[in-house]
Amino acid sequence: MKIAVCIKQVVTREWQIRVNDAKTWIRDQDASFELNEPDAYALEEALRLKEKHTGDVVVCSAGPARAAQVIREALARGADRAIHVESDALAAADAFTVADALAGAIRDEKFDLVLTGLQSDDQGFGQVGVVLAEKLGMPHATIIMEVQGGQGTLRVKRELEGGWFQWVTLPLPAVLTIQSGINQLRYATLKGIMAAKKKEIRKVTPAPAAEPSQRILRVYFPEKGKKTQIISGTPAEAARELVKHLREDARAI
Amino acid sequence: MVLVLAEQRGGKLNRTTWEAVAAAQQAGTPVKIVVPGSGADTVAAEIAAADAAEVILAEAPALADYTADGYVAALSALIAQEKPDLVFLPHTYQTRDFAPALAARLGRALVTDVTAIKKDGGAIVYVRPMFQGKLNADVSATGPAPHLITIQIGAFRADAAKRGASPAATRKVSLAVEATAIRQKPEAPFKEAKQAVDLSQAERIVSVGRGIKGQEHLKVAQDLAAALGAELAASRPICDAGWLPMDRQIGSSGQTVAPKLYVALGISGAIQHLVGMKGSRTIVAINKDPEAPMFEVADYGIVGDLFEIVPAMIAELNK
Repeated sequence: MKIAVCIKQVVTREWQIRVNDAKTWIRDQDASFELNEPDAYALEEALRLKEKHTGDVVVCSAGPARAAQVIREALARGADRAIHVESDALAAADAFTVADALAGAIRDEKFDLVLTGLQSDDQGFGQVGVVLAEKLGMPHATIIMEVQGGQGTLRVKRELEGGWFQWVTLPLPAVLTIQSGINQLRYATLKGIMAAKKKEIRKVTPAPAAEPSQRILRVYFPEKGKKTQIISGTPAEAARELVKHLREDARAI
Repeated sequence: MVLVLAEQRGGKLNRTTWEAVAAAQQAGTPVKIVVPGSGADTVAAEIAAADAAEVILAEAPALADYTADGYVAALSALIAQEKPDLVFLPHTYQTRDFAPALAARLGRALVTDVTAIKKDGGAIVYVRPMFQGKLNADVSATGPAPHLITIQIGAFRADAAKRGASPAATRKVSLAVEATAIRQKPEAPFKEAKQAVDLSQAERIVSVGRGIKGQEHLKVAQDLAAALGAELAASRPICDAGWLPMDRQIGSSGQTVAPKLYVALGISGAIQHLVGMKGSRTIVAINKDPEAPMFEVADYGIVGDLFEIVPAMIAELNK
């Protein structure tokens, strides 16, 4: 089975967000980056499918040069090779632009299966996987928690809301967006990191992007919706005051 | 004209449709509501109570059970026919499954997870969260109409949707959807083995997130729950890691709760979690990150190390 996994490099959860001077994006140059978490689960699922059915796992990322960090990490975890659609303009691009860049780079590879995370931790469109399916002319299913089969068709478990699920069967080739928690992640071994150095990373220059479908006018920190009382002091002082509020004002205990 | 795509399953209206109607009424007039399905007349009758110009019952036998291919084929044809300026949808898992393909097929912009609508002269500005809710962005959609807009669950109030003086007129539109064009074969939706814990009945909940760092640290949260007479719950990553069973998960994919007291320990407050608990009467957030979105919904917040603060709370409660 020839599997593509589309991954994105996003800012780390720990990074204290700072906004750029134009207030249109974050201060990229100050940020630390990591592999988008749902994409890590998509990669793990691809590696498990390869172990079960044999085949190749190719990671694809559309992003600036710095995205090489997460591509190398994916190779170290076990992907066989990589495609890097490289352009600075992809760092804050809209979902259609990213999907176009990915589709252009993977269309001729004739993958049996394309996996990606259900959404990214940065812009969080939740669109790229599904738009990519439409552009590649493949059927898709989203927010997947289990994958069965692999001979011409897949039976996949879609997560619905409120604890509901649904099995869906679809023919290959297909695109799936993967939910976090579908499997237990593996981490790169020293051997994997050494082996990754010899693996191929094919660089692709994207075709000139079409007009974006949406524009960010301004980014800003959300105003607090509710009057939050922040309690300060030493842990003992803060705990004492909080318990007093909960007993006397909120009457919650 | 603003077209709202209603969501229904098995003849039951998803109430988030009312939230999308409320948003659409704010965006422009007239509002029309589409109910896709097969024999969904009762759903159409229910949503016809909205102050809308028309309810369009978009019928095709192939739409009896939801599939992405069926919905994209039917709704792209309907939108081409009705020529709306805007299309509004609730940002549900079902919308997430088909709306991006629908927008791509139509070649139109899709702005997802919108929490507010602002008007700037004639142009509409959409507010949507980014970076896990740590930032908001004002966004404009570009290119020809219609723009597709999905509305975050809970961002608009269902009861804010204006009702009409009399039910809106209903028009049936039969759509030709080839059954062979539908590549996904769905089975009946199901729930996993009956949930052992019904957190919706709990008066108090202590909930843990990534800040708890490891399963071995859960004891401190359990001790606080015991001291408060509370149930223990968690955000999704904790259940994904197997540190607590899935039936303790709060959020869009888990349980929705509204207890008297909700204590969030080390939970940043991604929207998927907030939708499951923001109706709680009193919310306490304890987190080392002062920018954590959880502080935006909390009544009381302590910025600091939960491993210092929680033992102090337990000592205080046991005095």
